[in-house]
Amino acid sequence: MSDENDIILDDLSDEDLVEQMKDDLYDGMADEVREGTQILLRRGWQAGDILSEALVEGMRIVGIDFRDGTLFVPEVLQCAGAMKSGMELLRPILASTGSRASLGKFVIGTVKGDIHDIGKNLVGMMLEGAGFEVIDLGINNPVENYLAAIDKHQPAVLGMSALLTTTMPYMGVVIEELDKRGILKTLPVMVGGAPLNQEFADAIGATQYGRDAAVSAELARALVGRNH
Amino acid sequence: MGRCLVLACGALAHEVMAVKAALRLSDADMTLQCLPAQLHNRPAAIAPRVAEILAQRRGAFDRVLVAYGECGTGGALDAVLAEYDATRLPHAHCYALFAGAERFERIIEEELGSFFVTDFLARHFDRLVWQGLGLDRHPDLLPVYFGHYRRLVHLAQTDDADLRARAEAAAQKLGLEFVPLATGYGDLTAALDTLTEGPRV
Repeated sequence: MSDENDIILDDLSDEDLVEQMKDDLYDGMADEVREGTQILLRRGWQAGDILSEALVEGMRIVGIDFRDGTLFVPEVLQCAGAMKSGMELLRPILASTGSRASLGKFVIGTVKGDIHDIGKNLVGMMLEGAGFEVIDLGINNPVENYLAAIDKHQPAVLGMSALLTTTMPYMGVVIEELDKRGILKTLPVMVGGAPLNQEFADAIGATQYGRDAAVSAELARALVGRNH
Repeated sequence: MGRCLVLACGALAHEVMAVKAALRLSDADMTLQCLPAQLHNRPAAIAPRVAEILAQRRGAFDRVLVAYGECGTGGALDAVLAEYDATRLPHAHCYALFAGAERFERIIEEELGSFFVTDFLARHFDRLVWQGLGLDRHPDLLPVYFGHYRRLVHLAQTDDADLRARAEAAAQKLGLEFVPLATGYGDLTAALDTLTEGPRV
């Protein structure tokens, strides 16, 4: 049911529409974000520009407020759902125009013994928004899974996630194995997860510690820039 | 026996008091102070809150036990304990504390997708889990949070039919198989006994 105070997205200028989409994404309004995405496409916007200027930028703001304690996990997940609704429209266009995944592949997975994937999935979405082709290994990954994925996909970056204090040391096991095989010399490894910190990442020899999804995507971009 | 402070997670308050009574400890032997159990959902806040209390209480007690596990603090809690010469409970979390390390490992090996509730969580499931995760407002998030879980394991500290029924209802609400396991107070008893060792009143 419409209300006279409802905003007609199609009546907004491009600039105002992008701002409105960021607000709608922040409020977890998936239908409105999808509609805004459709309107911008209709107006001739490039899919990559919609992704970076409206969706990724909107989610970056969400990330900041999550870090500052203004938003909590349920709200962030709603925001992620809204971003996803826009990305679903953009993904096939990006793929068909060949502009997708220009930064290469990013293999990501939750480590062995851990079934938590909310953070990993958020990171994956931001990485995709940043221009990576994300190869998601899912949860509970032993070192063999990472090695097989590296062999198969030749990623630009490897990412590991853990939510539990008891499972995060396994990241060190994987890094040690990569080191033994000489893979670590050329493959940057990022780690993240709620109980992790920079000290832990340094201690296990990770290349980067991603404290949240938005920062992880920025760091991954920088890593690729450094290595290419 | 010197004066002991137990600074506990609110989720352990009942259990600490029950063990205190079983060990026949007096109020003079042991003072209990609790932090809100909701911190469980924001582990980064645990260490600063513990540090704040320990700073206020510095010098007032001979021994201090912080009744937390590692609880996802990523080493931050242990750093605070070292600064204030305090100890904490063994184990990473209260599930292993109650079940015991070996039994906990067996449960996880049997089914990695085990979601644990203690008596406390069974009692406060709606407030701390359902509402705490925002499922009351966003029930569509249920598969996002619990999609990889297969069963709810109730680690029961007491033989309480009402709590068991609550835990079973929680499992049903989450769409998980219900597995009740009696644990008693597990390693909590030994931890409090060690803390307060000496002649009893």
